[in-house]
Amino acid sequence: MTTALELRQVSKVYGSGPSEVHALEAVDLSVERDELVAVMGPSGSGKSTLLTIAGSLEEPTRGEVLVDGIDLATVSRSDRAKMRRRSIGYVFQDFNLLPGLTALENVTLPLELDGVSSKAARSAARQAMEELDVADRKGHFPDELSGGERQRVAIARAIVGERGLLLADEPTGALDSLNGEAVMRLLRAATQRGVAGVVVTHEAQLASWADRVVFLRDGHVVDQTAAPPGPESLLAAGDR
Amino acid sequence: MSVPHALLALLSEGPKYGLRLQNEFESRTGEVWPLNVGQVYTTLQRLERDGLVETDGVEGERSQKSYKITADGVRELAEWLRTPPDLVPPPRDELVIKVLVALQVPGTDVHEIIQVHRRHVIEVMQRYTQVKAAAGKDDVALALVADAELFRLEGIIRWLDAADVRLKQLPSPRPAPLADAPLEPAQTTEVSQ
Repeated sequence: MTTALELRQVSKVYGSGPSEVHALEAVDLSVERDELVAVMGPSGSGKSTLLTIAGSLEEPTRGEVLVDGIDLATVSRSDRAKMRRRSIGYVFQDFNLLPGLTALENVTLPLELDGVSSKAARSAARQAMEELDVADRKGHFPDELSGGERQRVAIARAIVGERGLLLADEPTGALDSLNGEAVMRLLRAATQRGVAGVVVTHEAQLASWADRVVFLRDGHVVDQTAAPPGPESLLAAGDR
Repeated sequence: MSVPHALLALLSEGPKYGLRLQNEFESRTGEVWPLNVGQVYTTLQRLERDGLVETDGVEGERSQKSYKITADGVRELAEWLRTPPDLVPPPRDELVIKVLVALQVPGTDVHEIIQVHRRHVIEVMQRYTQVKAAAGKDDVALALVADAELFRLEGIIRWLDAADVRLKQLPSPRPAPLADAPLEPAQTTEVSQ
């Protein structure tokens, strides 16, 4: 397995002096390809900060962030932006689809911004949309799609191309529980195809789709689950 | 889970042998609620004693008896389906008691106790989710059973989360009487693997 993401002793401080806020404190976290990690914690525990730093949208105050083994602090700003476009996919709570573009154009956009030819970008986008079962909606605009379909398009946009790291912040948003489950099944399927995934959520049912659950509290990683022993162990636990 | 009523439900589809009842019960819920054949036969004997099922008296293949639901059994099943389960008074919940006791034991960090249980419950939820993930698309019964457990466990997590915040908001936590206890609850920063 390859470590797609590694955080070493990462701290993030906002403000200074008496108004200083320690959002993250010496966080260590590594995520392998094929692995889906959920980050749980109460509001203000640092979950979203962890994700924005992992995605290089923000820089840590202290510590190192490595994506595919490369320390982000050692690469130039423009190379970092390139890495962000090529290696990292994001899924946001409110989907963040551009309303003036069709579903297909939304999925194609990150590749085209990265200089991929229009033809190649469309072909990769179609493939991602097929994987997420929304290929038949490619000509529709976001406001013509249901909440579940919009989120599938957003996930397709996040995995299109050769991305090795998928970051999702409360990706099920306001979806009902079965549509939320469908989103988690898709994220899990994506990681099983060789992508590393990090999902921030406060919902236990969604977190339980992850291979590993990491608990944050006041900016510290306080705990994490052991590797799941497999469903057969329920038979032993069944006689509660 | 009411095994007698589950067996009545299976018999409402038509007469069946005990072994077949066990197979059908397990194929629908088995990964979550295993049932041994001994339990099936003792339950059938009780149902027969109460006049809810009957046998034809003829022993079939491998000296098995075929069981059939009676009119009383059909009525009992219909009534049971509509009777609300016993939700009140609440069971004495062991987890609630543990958290309450943790508040009283000197030198105990209740947040750490809450986290131990939170992790354990999530680990159990991960296993039910795996059951659901592995189940076939048409296996609705198994998905429903797994969902029932997952929603119940999620309720426990929500209670733990609320307890955690409620206790954090307490005006002045009692100082831990054990020596060298830091002012901040720094022990929660340990990562237990």
